[in-house]
Order: sequence, then C-alpha cells, then structure tokens
Amino acid sequence: AVTIFQLTCAHSVTLTLLSSVKNSEDVRCKCICPPYKDHSGHIYNKNVSQKDCDCLHVVEPMPVPGPDVEAYCLRCECKYEERSSVTIKVTIIIYLSILGLLLLYMVYLTLVEPILKSGFLPLQDHQPFANAHDVLARSRSRANVLNKVEYAQQRWKLQVQEQRKSVFDRHVVLS
Amino acid sequence: MESEQLFHRGYYRNSYNSITSASSDEELLDGAGVIMDFQTSEDDNLLDGDASIGTHYTMTNGGNINSSTHLLDLLDEPIPGVGTYDDFHTIDWVREKCKDRERHRRINSKKKESAWEMTKSLYDAWSGWLVVTLTGLASGALAGLIDIAADWMTDLKEGICLSALWFNHEQCCWGSNETTFEERDKCPQWKTWAELIIGQAEGPGSYIMNYIMYIFWALSFAFLAVSLVKVFAPYACGSGIPEIKTILSGFIIRGYLGKWTLMIKTITLVLAVASGLSLGKEGPLVHVACCCGNIFSYLFPKYSTNEAKKREVLSAASAAGVSVAFGAPIGGVLFSLEEVSYYFPLKTLWRSFFAALVAAFVLRSINPFGNSRLVLFYVEYHTPWYLFELLPFILLGVFGGLWGAFFIRANIAWCRRRKSTKFGKYPVLEVIIVAAITAVIAFPNPYTRLNTSELIKELFTDCGPLESSSLCDYRNDMNASKIVDDIPDRPAGTGVYSAIWQLCLALIFKIIMTVFTFGIKVPSGLFIPSMAIGAIAGRIVGIAVEQLAYYHHDWFIFKEWCEVGADCITPGLYAMVGAAACLGGVTRMTVSLVVIVFELTGGLEYIVPLMAAVMTSKWVGDAFGREGIYEAHIRLNGYPFLDAKEEFTHTTLAADVMRPRRSDPPLAVLTQDNMTVEDIENLINETSYNGFPVIMSKESQRLVGFALRRDLTIAIESARKKQEGIVGSSRVCFAQHTPSLPAESPRPLKLRSILDMSPFTVTDHTPMEIVVDIFRKLGLRQCLVTHNGIVLGIITKKNILEHLEQLKQHVEPLAPPWHYNKKRYPPSYGPDGKPRPRLHNVQLKPIAEEREETEEEVHLLNSTTL
Repeated sequence: AVTIFQLTCAHSVTLTLLSSVKNSEDVRCKCICPPYKDHSGHIYNKNVSQKDCDCLHVVEPMPVPGPDVEAYCLRCECKYEERSSVTIKVTIIIYLSILGLLLLYMVYLTLVEPILKSGFLPLQDHQPFANAHDVLARSRSRANVLNKVEYAQQRWKLQVQEQRKSVFDRHVVLS
Repeated sequence: MESEQLFHRGYYRNSYNSITSASSDEELLDGAGVIMDFQTSEDDNLLDGDASIGTHYTMTNGGNINSSTHLLDLLDEPIPGVGTYDDFHTIDWVREKCKDRERHRRINSKKKESAWEMTKSLYDAWSGWLVVTLTGLASGALAGLIDIAADWMTDLKEGICLSALWFNHEQCCWGSNETTFEERDKCPQWKTWAELIIGQAEGPGSYIMNYIMYIFWALSFAFLAVSLVKVFAPYACGSGIPEIKTILSGFIIRGYLGKWTLMIKTITLVLAVASGLSLGKEGPLVHVACCCGNIFSYLFPKYSTNEAKKREVLSAASAAGVSVAFGAPIGGVLFSLEEVSYYFPLKTLWRSFFAALVAAFVLRSINPFGNSRLVLFYVEYHTPWYLFELLPFILLGVFGGLWGAFFIRANIAWCRRRKSTKFGKYPVLEVIIVAAITAVIAFPNPYTRLNTSELIKELFTDCGPLESSSLCDYRNDMNASKIVDDIPDRPAGTGVYSAIWQLCLALIFKIIMTVFTFGIKVPSGLFIPSMAIGAIAGRIVGIAVEQLAYYHHDWFIFKEWCEVGADCITPGLYAMVGAAACLGGVTRMTVSLVVIVFELTGGLEYIVPLMAAVMTSKWVGDAFGREGIYEAHIRLNGYPFLDAKEEFTHTTLAADVMRPRRSDPPLAVLTQDNMTVEDIENLINETSYNGFPVIMSKESQRLVGFALRRDLTIAIESARKKQEGIVGSSRVCFAQHTPSLPAESPRPLKLRSILDMSPFTVTDHTPMEIVVDIFRKLGLRQCLVTHNGIVLGIITKKNILEHLEQLKQHVEPLAPPWHYNKKRYPPSYGPDGKPRPRLHNVQLKPIAEEREETEEEVHLLNSTTL
C-alpha cells in the first residue's frame, strides 16, 4: 500500500513540479497560413515568447511582397503552445519501468516458481498444498520479516485465486 | 434529500424511550408518516400491558452504540469485527449511518476536554475534505500518466521517434520546421517501422511492413494486457461502472477497489487503448479514481470503518474520474449524481465538486496533450445554428437511440453467451482474436487506423481554411478577397466523397467490433467508441445536409438562411450532436451527458440541439427497453442492485414476499434469554442465514431485536477466548437483565451489545410498493414482517429483487390476489386443522408452524434464471 501511495504521490508531485519547469525547446509559436493567390499553404514554427507570437514575427521569410503582407497575415492563424518534455520523459520512464517489473514478476510467478517448487526442492516441500495457514503458523514460530512478507504474499495469492475463480470460472462478476 | 430526512427521523424515533411519544403530530405531518405507521402499530401498545415486564424499550439502532445501555455489560468495549461485512454482502445503510452519528457525538462530547481532543475533532471534521483532495490529486496524476503513456504507445504501432524515444508522433514533430501544409504530421525525426527495417518510406513493400508491424504491436499489447489482468488482478477487467454502481448502492466486493486492481487497471488500460481495440479509457478512469478514493479513505478512521461514509468518498471519486476523463468537472459531478451514485446528499455534492476541481487542475497542470486542454478532442466553434437544423438533429437522436437499443441487446446476448457457455473459458484467446481482427481490418482504412480520440477530434473539427484533411477537400471557387472566418458552404470535392465512403465503412466496422469488444477481459470503456460511432454518423449527415443546402438553396426550408455564399451548415456540429446522441442511447444519461459535451465544446449556443438529440435518443432507446447498458450488465451479473428509477406498480403485499414461504421449514429464531451457547452455535452451523430475529420467548413470540450471523459468530468466539466461565451450556442473554439462574449453572453470556434493538418492521399487510420504497430510500438490508407484534417472517433485499424479477416475467393476473379483500391475517390453523389457541389476543403459533427465514446470503442471484 505504502509503495503505491508513494508512487502516486511522487508522480503527481514530480509532474506538477516538472511541468512548471520550462525547457527552452518547450514553447513554440506555430502559424498556419492557408493558400493565398499563387502561394501554397505553409506552416511556420518558431521558438518565440508569447507576446511575439504573431504572423509578422514568425513568418520569415515573408513570401508575399509588401502590400500583400497584411492580407496574407490576416489569414494566418498563430497559436502559442507549451509542453513539458521532461514530464513526458519521466512519465514514459515510470510507466515502462512499472510495466517491466510487473512482467518480470509475472514471468517469475507463472514460469519460474512452479519449476522451483516442483523440480529443485522436493524434500522441503512435504505438503504440496501448503496454504496460507501453514505459512502463518511458520511465521509465528520464527517471526522475521521474510516470513511476514511470505505470509502477505500467500494471502494475496489466495485472494487473486479467488478473484480469478469468480471472474473466469464461475462468471459471477464482470462477465 | 428525502432519504436524508428519513434517516434522521429514523434515528430520532429510535432514541425515544417510549414508543408512544414518537408519534407526535408534528412528525406525522412531515410527509414520511408511512414509516411511523408500521412501527407504532396499535398492537405494540396493546401488548405493552401484558408481556413487557422487565423489557425496557430503550431502542438503540445498530447494536453496540448506546453506551448508556451497556455501561454494566461485560462486553462494554466493542468486539473487533462486529459490524463489518463479508464479501458479496449488502450493507445496512441505516446501521452504518447510526454508527457514524454515534461516533460523531462521541468525538464532539470529548472535544472540550483537552487540546488534543480538540485537534482530533478538527482533524475528524476536515478528513472528508482531505480525503477528496488526495483522491483528486491522485486521479488527476494517474489520468495524466494514462494519457501520455497511451498516446505514446498508440503511436508506437506506427513508428518511433529516433531523436527522443519517449515522444509520440505529434510531440516528435513538435518543433520541426519541415512539416508542410498538406502533410502536417511528417517530419524526418519520426521514423515508421518500414523506414527503419527495410529502409524505404514509400511503396507497397513499406506498406506491407507497416501493416505487419501494426498487427504485431496490437497483438502483443493485447496479449500483455490480458495476461497481466489474469495473473495479477482479474477484477481490473471491464469498464467497472456497473460494479461501481452496485458498490455504491451498498454491496461489498472485496478487492474490487484495491491496490492491485488500481495498479493493474492503470497499466493495462494503457496497453488496451494502445492495442487499437474499439474501446476507450473513460469508463475505466472512473474505476481508477474510485480505487484511489477507497485507498485514501483507509488513512482516515472516519471513512475506513464505515461503509456508508466510504461510499460518499467513492461518489466524489467517480466525479473526479469523469472530470479528468472528459475535462468536464461539472459534467463529472452530474454524472456521479445521475448515473452512479445511490445516496447523494448535498455534502457529497460539494465534495464531488471539489474533487472534480482538484483532479481537473492537476491534469491541466500536467498538460498531457500539449494543447492546454484536458482532452484531445476539445473543439471550439461559434457558428450559429438554424431552426430547421433541429430536424437532422432529431434524426441523429433517433439513430443514437436505435444504436443504443441494438448495442445493448447484442452486447448482452454476446456476454450471456460468454457467461453461460464453454466459450467463456478462453478469455485470453478471445482477446487475441478480437485484437487480431480489429487490427487487420482497421489498418487499411485511415479513419479506423487512427486512435479513436483523434478520429473524434478530426470529425468534430470544422473545415476552416487552415484544414487540409480529405474531409475538408471542398472545391474552392471563392474569390480570394473574402473574410477568413466565415467560409460559405461549398460543393464537395472528390476527397470528401471518398472520405464519406471510408467513414461509412468505418461506421459499420466500429458498430460490429464494439459489440464484441465491450466485455472482453481487458479494461474497456464504452464512451469513446460510442461517441466515435455517433460522430461518424453525424459527420456524414452533416455533409449531406450541407450539400443539400448548397444545391437546393431555393427550397423553402433553406431559403431563409442558406443563400448562396452563406455559411449555414457546420458538419462538425452534427458530429458532436451525433456523438452525444449515441452515447445517450447507450447509457441513457441525459443532463450529465449534455453538460459533458457542452464543456467539451465551450459553446453555450449548442445546448438546445444537444438536448433535443439526447432526449430523442433516450425516448427511442426507452421504447425498445428501459435499461441502459450499465443496468443491463448489472442484471446480467445478478448484482443486488435495487434501481431507484423503476416504479413498482403491482399490488402484492409484504406477506407474499416474505420468507419463509408456506412450504418452507420454520423461521429460525433466537430467544432472548433461554438459549445456550451451544444451541446458538448449532443453529448457526445448521443454517446459512445471515441474521436471526430475537424473540421474547417461544410462547410470546414477540420481537425483541435482530442479530446478525457474523456478529454472533465473532462475539461468541471472542467470548469463549477472553471471558472466563463461558462454556457450551452457558445461557446466552440478549435481555437487559439476566434471568435468575440456578446457583450451580455457568455464567451467562451477555450479547445485548450486538443486538440490533430497532430492526425495521412492517406488518404483513403492508403493500409491497411501500416496502420497496422503504428499501430504496433507507437502503435497508432486511426488514422483519410482524403481525400483532409476532414475528412472521423476513424480507431481504434479495427477496425483493427476486420478487421484482418474478413480476417482470409473469404478467400479473388481472384478478386481485386472494388477500385483496381481507382485512385480517388469514385465520391460522394448526397442523391438525383446528384454530390455534389464543391468549390475551395474541395468536400463539405452535413452533412447528413457524416459517423459514430465507437465505439472506446475498451471494449473487443466479442470473441464469433471471
């Protein structure tokens, strides 16, 4: 629980902080100019401040001669936009690392753990159906952190198993 | 509002010491007198005389609350676990509300004692606002993460940004100067897979390469999504709104709003959206927000210990969810009010409002789309609309209603198939197949290849001079000196005609695929695909009307407004109206939908067209079946959801619905002071009922209270462990005073603290419409049926739902039921056919005649019989 809180909190805090930090590449003034007389439409993109974001500052070189500039610029639409590339970068990295961890854990749970249990440690595992209660009993006898984690994991596994049964096998919820 | 009043009066009434004093005229006057009549029936007063010796009518609601009653009890401190609920059970709203009020009173009374208590009470008062603030923050941040990641992954199907891997297509070309007017999304930094793998950007070879990569990515995203869901959190699949509706109405699904569900739903939602399946992220975002609300409510004891209070937070959280999904804070609040919430007092309204505000603010500051808006398809136009356009708008409404009715039928039929046949055994395979079909068909058509949100954006956007898409390929014959903003209607060019063909194909494709997609085992929302279907249809109609107006501007309807060179039709507006109509047809929302769409566009002048279309679509949809998709899914799954919108029009009485039925074994009851611990344990083991009425004695049969199975089990178990001298033969005493016992007998076990001494009761002649109303408004879990103060049976929420279902299936007989003309309870005959003995006006019933209490166990109703 704590990790998720921290994650979401950290994420929201970093994102709000990061989005206030402006990278110099993260502003643009984009002018879209439609076709005019024999000039085809064009898009101009320039890194200027918000007050300079208009056709006269951004459209360079001006494709039309002096008298037509005003008419040409009236048609252009200039938009000032900001983004935060750091936010995007951090978000994608956070997302991919969580996804990667989950995938690793999934591979471990579905492929590696069954092999470990059945193949390599046949002697230790007297009871093939060791359930949460056994683990609970063991964790009480020698209470250390590892056992507690194991107990929590077993309990979680049982819960997921129960959910899986009700969703995929019995189809009582979410069908 | 009404239910809030009822809660209050229920409480005040129960706190009186004497029953008669409760029925003052003032209380009867305020509209809810029906309830009074059930409880203060004359019989009670009559009976007071003979049998109430030793019984004090100190009614407490909710067991271990009223401390004054229990000061002398051994079990003064509450037993841990009493008052909680099992998985898949319904909560008792009345009990929870009373518990909260008691807690509040306790804190208030201690407040003056010390500064520390004062701080605690302040913290308690503020915790509601704190928890919604945290929820808003978290849901805003998660929505930002989902938006950014989903955009990036969607574009990953096409190619990759070589200069910065984390940018999506648009961001990659953000600062590029190489984009041209015609091909705005091309820039050298962005490489398609064909360019990277075979080194050529054009030609059939690269097309095939891109096609293959598109299918490959779509399949792998879908596979990852479904396997993560299956391994870690099966509850993360689906849209979640039907379940949240059920949970908010007072149902417990443990783990549905938990940490793992939250994490897996967030992660797999991105994968599911990116895989190009015909689904949206809006519905699951509501689920994500509710998970946040639930998790944060564990930080505050006020909410973590009280299921009813927790649901207030969840209501606010769902508002925050819609707020970030559509960038519509007010729409979110209304959505929570209209669609999901069951109990929505004003306080929750303000908290929802605040949560929606915080969430929208956080999302805005993350700015996920780089357009300073909360959604991708925000559009803004202010062209006027004309009266004759209401006709096509209403036609779009009809289309939306038809689509909604068709979709609900088809999707429910398909889901029922999945639920009941073998085909449901292969969820992973199903997702893979649907994703493969979607990807193979979607790629060739540019409108289906696009991300659905982008498609909606393109359809909503009006054709200005700045647009270059093929939808805006009109033949330009205007002279160059006209003003820019006001482009007259123009004849369509070839690009528009080919775009219409593609849009028609996309429409058919989306309609079919959405039916099969909604309900597969990945997070899948319905809003976006429905809106896309509506937007496509709307845009087609819009272009048709536009061309009609251009070529026939002398028709009488067009004459007034559409002269040559006037701009009178905006096809983008039609797309928007169509989207609202289709969404309305599927979900049957009205007010909240109009507000959401209105917030999307920021144009006040389009409210009337939207209202017309949404209302029409609701009418048309309701003509084919009254429930929206969420209610239909609730019914399909058999969740115990008592819909407040439906009316109960039948003439049955409480006695017809109550359990036990005539043929059933007798009602399982406890007596107040002459049962032993062993007796009770046997009763609990032999039956599966979730609660037992407690009566005075087998002879008098009069009701004392109601004890829940879970509480009994926990209390007896803890007493056996902690109290000395409690053995199997100890007497269990629910009464205030312990009966005099022989000297050598073991100590009695006092369980008064777990007894609900003010169970709701109705008489057997109460019409069911009133009973159903009580259940809906008060959120009861069960209600006892009495006759002359004698417990006859019990009605639970599940019984009512079964009864409603029965009535729906069998058309009610025209002849009045047997009891219609009878004032009295039918003469009771003993098993031997003779009338039963009477004693002091009280009918005594032999034990053998007693009826069975039904399984209140709200394990889900078996939907195959529904």
